Amino acid sequence: MTAPAKPAVGPVRGYLVFYLTAMRIAIATQFQYRVANYFYMIGMVAEPVIYLVVWSTIARQQGGEVGGFSPGQFAAYYIVWTLVRNMNIIFTPYGWEERIRTGELSGMLLRPIHPIHHDLGFFAGWKFVVIVLWLPIALVLSLLFQPQLDPRPIDVVVFAVAIWGAYLIRSVNYWILGMVTFWTTRVGPIFDLVFTAELLLSGRLVPLSLMPDWAQRLADVLPFKWTFGFPIEALVGRLPESELLGGLAMQGLWIAIGTIGVRVVWRFAIRRYGAVGG
Amino acid sequence: MPDPAIRVRDLVKTFRVPVREAGLAAAVRSLVHREHRDVRAVDGVSFTIERGEVVGFLGPNGAGKTTTLKMLSGLLYSTSGEATVLGHEPSKREPAFLRQITMVMGNRNQLQWDLPALDSFDLIRAIYRLPADQFRQTRDEFIELLELGDLVNKPVRNLSLGERMKVETVGALLHRPQVLFLDEPTIGLDVTMQKRIRSFVAAYNQRLGATVLLTSHYMADVQALCRRVIVIHHGRILFDGALSELAARFNATKTIGVMLKDGSVDLSAYGEVMSIDDERVTLRVARADAPEVTTRLLRDLPVADLTIEDPPIEDVIEHVFAGAAEEQQAAAEAAPAEAGARTS
Repeated sequence: MTAPAKPAVGPVRGYLVFYLTAMRIAIATQFQYRVANYFYMIGMVAEPVIYLVVWSTIARQQGGEVGGFSPGQFAAYYIVWTLVRNMNIIFTPYGWEERIRTGELSGMLLRPIHPIHHDLGFFAGWKFVVIVLWLPIALVLSLLFQPQLDPRPIDVVVFAVAIWGAYLIRSVNYWILGMVTFWTTRVGPIFDLVFTAELLLSGRLVPLSLMPDWAQRLADVLPFKWTFGFPIEALVGRLPESELLGGLAMQGLWIAIGTIGVRVVWRFAIRRYGAVGG
Repeated sequence: MPDPAIRVRDLVKTFRVPVREAGLAAAVRSLVHREHRDVRAVDGVSFTIERGEVVGFLGPNGAGKTTTLKMLSGLLYSTSGEATVLGHEPSKREPAFLRQITMVMGNRNQLQWDLPALDSFDLIRAIYRLPADQFRQTRDEFIELLELGDLVNKPVRNLSLGERMKVETVGALLHRPQVLFLDEPTIGLDVTMQKRIRSFVAAYNQRLGATVLLTSHYMADVQALCRRVIVIHHGRILFDGALSELAARFNATKTIGVMLKDGSVDLSAYGEVMSIDDERVTLRVARADAPEVTTRLLRDLPVADLTIEDPPIEDVIEHVFAGAAEEQQAAAEAAPAEAGARTS
């Protein structure tokens, strides 16, 4: 009648069952707050619409194009942007402070599964709610801004993989960043600095091809581009096949680097945990 | 004989905490020079708990109880010393170790706030990779034991504190852990709810032979569940033994309740009058004098009813802590004099 020292199923099946259950729980939780989620998404759409209006206006004033982007291509870029942005929402580094203060982390540490799996599973589940809510928003934006979008089948396939790759890269990288909280309590300014770098060097504020050469070269060696610019451009259809596959390989590399980073930083961070919150 | 469930040797936990005086000047100074001091929350604690034992871990706030429990459950790294739980070193947080323990912290919510508890239970099943039939059997058994009924179908946020605590307790035990660390599991609950949680823990201990280390400020919890108690104060163990021995060791008094046939009489000559309630007088007398005082009372007065009891356990515990505080103050006062003697 006592607890089994070994689990009933192997690790692969165990993780599969865990992820499916966590995603189901996340979907059920998020559907409890349909209205809040809708307003959240509408608020999030405001950002790309502003960029879209500004760049479309500039393109028209410059004879119909800016850096090879027509208003219709800008529309396609920023409408796809809305999906990519929602797909790569992850547990915020700002959340670590509360997680520690309220004792939530203690509860997670008592479980025989690394806490990152909880975040990955929960936010992955949320994506399915986001997609359902995003479809009518995308339809309205498409009617308003007439996007020029004609992807090849390979673009669609790479995009479908790349948005999950982007999600994983952001998850592991911001987990590492969030763990700074174990060393210093007020971490907001550090996070703000990283988010600003991401805004400029990811393709979130503006397509990277419109940035100066030095910025593009810098973006190539940082992870941000592979979480925004690459998945968007994969679908918008501006990349040759070699770049599409190379982009997926770069995503794989950043996921590997981030995963190793999480393991290393976690080992040191957890030693500093004071469990003050319970 | 199997190894003990918990073995602790000279366990120490020191926290490094920042020190800063109040005021703007101190705030400015702290920009360039930060001061810290080390606080020993647990100071060389040693004990052993056998498998199946239920032990009360008592102490005032800040005594080091929760810190010890957190070290034993793998939440905190110790500064020095050794601890093993079911043969595992807790700080390694091996999955095989975490699958065999649980820690219930009063007022801590580990269930999904917006969903019925049943959904959270499913997630727990997935986390611990429990066989479906064992999970269902345990879940239904616990739901019945705690009389949860339909509560598990309501979103957790709609439950009262007591109801939430009951479902939390079920959630924490679904994987049938062998060692339970219960940190104030009944805090904030009404008497009925406290009793139900206590009965559940007792039933769990009996059915599964689980080891329980319990902290509680409610002595009713300790008296109902624990035959053995460990008393900790300022990070050090003051007492480790049977609950019944605690009163004998630390309290040199007995309480005598007397009711007379013909109303009240001044009984201060027999002992310290603690209270007069209607016609019942409660006296406190030295433990050694109790037989003689009782004899005198029965001989001299028309006694209708007489009881001799140990003082309430709350009073004993209070007495233990007060004694420890006095000793510490005396030690602190003696220390400068000794230091002065060495340097003069």
